[in-house]
Amino acid sequence: MIPDSLREYPIAAAVDRFDSESITGGKHDRGEWTIEIAPAKIVSVCGFLKYDEKFVRLSSVTAVDRFPAEPRFEVVYHLCSVERKQWLRLKCRVLGSEPEVGSVTSVWRGANWYEREVFDLFGIRFRNHPDLRRIMMPEDWQGHPLRKDYPVTGSRV
Amino acid sequence: MVDAPQEQPSGRRRMVLNMGPQHPSTHGVLRLLIELDGEIVTHCQPDIGYLHTGIEKECEVKTYQQAVTLTDRVDYLAPLSNNLCYCLAVEKLLGLEIPPQAQWMRVMLTELTRLNSHLVWLGTHAIDIGAMSVFLYCFREREEILRIFEMFSGQRMMTSYFRIGGLALEPPRGWEKRVKAFVDIFPSRVDEYENLLTANQIWIGRTKGVGFISVEDMLDLGITGPMLRAAGLKVDARKDHPYTSYEKFDFEVATRTENDVYARYQVRIEEMRQSTRIIKQALEGMPSGPWKADAPHVVLPDREKMKTQMEALIYHFKIVTEGFRVPEGEVYQVIESPRGELAYYVVSDGTTHPYRVHMRTPSFGNLQATPKIVEGILIADVIASLGSMDFVLGDTDR
Repeated sequence: MIPDSLREYPIAAAVDRFDSESITGGKHDRGEWTIEIAPAKIVSVCGFLKYDEKFVRLSSVTAVDRFPAEPRFEVVYHLCSVERKQWLRLKCRVLGSEPEVGSVTSVWRGANWYEREVFDLFGIRFRNHPDLRRIMMPEDWQGHPLRKDYPVTGSRV
Repeated sequence: MVDAPQEQPSGRRRMVLNMGPQHPSTHGVLRLLIELDGEIVTHCQPDIGYLHTGIEKECEVKTYQQAVTLTDRVDYLAPLSNNLCYCLAVEKLLGLEIPPQAQWMRVMLTELTRLNSHLVWLGTHAIDIGAMSVFLYCFREREEILRIFEMFSGQRMMTSYFRIGGLALEPPRGWEKRVKAFVDIFPSRVDEYENLLTANQIWIGRTKGVGFISVEDMLDLGITGPMLRAAGLKVDARKDHPYTSYEKFDFEVATRTENDVYARYQVRIEEMRQSTRIIKQALEGMPSGPWKADAPHVVLPDREKMKTQMEALIYHFKIVTEGFRVPEGEVYQVIESPRGELAYYVVSDGTTHPYRVHMRTPSFGNLQATPKIVEGILIADVIASLGSMDFVLGDTDR
């Protein structure tokens, strides 16, 4: 169901026609469009946006930890259409315990390292990722540093 | 991990070579695991994270103004570009209007930063390939740029000269003369570098036809910046989504079509000339007026006012000790850094500290494509290709 705030946005209307159960929210704030997508639908919606709506570039994949609110994590995708010079933000809310979402590496190969970074620093797993392992922290590190319940400074005991 | 070397049918074995993390040609602490069949690279796996210092986590415990000093250290060869991107993002969240003089000064200093970054790139790229004298000539010009930065902000590299609301300090007396002297002589210096390299048979032999990657692969893998422009795509955030008054400046976006290391070299040389053009225009048309926004809740008052007026003292105290509150929301500010598309994703929850700052840095996206560019070519060409990507590990690892 497309929310009122997105009714005038043709891309949102196209996504809604593609899969009417994919959009769970969205807004238009400070000149930027955000569409919230259900986690189960994110890969198919990204495929639609890349091939049909020509968002050929994925600029970044990142996450925000909303601890202690649930669903705890927001996985945020920023897409760019080179020919139309347009930007779009997609968000996906994921639960805090055993967070998992589908990987969009099948749509844009460039999502690979970004999803590895989100896995490394937040602990969110990406299903069907070709090589999901830590990228910034050492391989044997315990814990996910960018989570809100991880301290800024300290020594490991 | 790369597989153990295997016995090939011809009896030859593949060698796994560890390039880095300490290596003069990897431009930072990058580790490349290269599997070689003779001199040809069959498999390459980059390993990053050696310079990861948790800047994004640090930003969450600092006030918005304090976080500006952290942004310098992300891409340490273009510190003012990072300052600019962060300040623009927070100013968008606040809805602040920046006065024209501050905007033009920002453009001028950002273009000087672009020259700074490209000079280091040219010097190090040339020295990797073997042209050692170019390195010293580039650093001679860079020395003058660093002295200009020191004149403005007191710092050569980590300037933090842009603040939320405008500039950190008033532009110093005599800056016009220094910048004009630099801009008058710089085009002839670029001619000098071109004299040494552009028609040099060894340079052409090492760089022409090397480092090819198709445009579809580049867009799919996340490459941005001069590499896209050297393949014919005219993509530049300064023209596509102008910020901080770039729309008022007259300049060309350099492109080539050959899509090899030589084309990327030509694109960046042309960008140096265009940046000089922009700096000249900024110098001649610099508007007068205030150098910071009129927003007493956000911008620190002048020191004389702070010492004589009660309201100014109270604002100063509140801004420095507590920080200013930024309305809730999120912004993805994109700018064109010397390396490619730089974007800051700033999420605010209404308090004095950023809730989340994510830096979408160009080097992270560019490095991801290294295996695609490097597999199947000679190991000597790997060095040339890596140099043409112009990545910086501080930018990659944050």
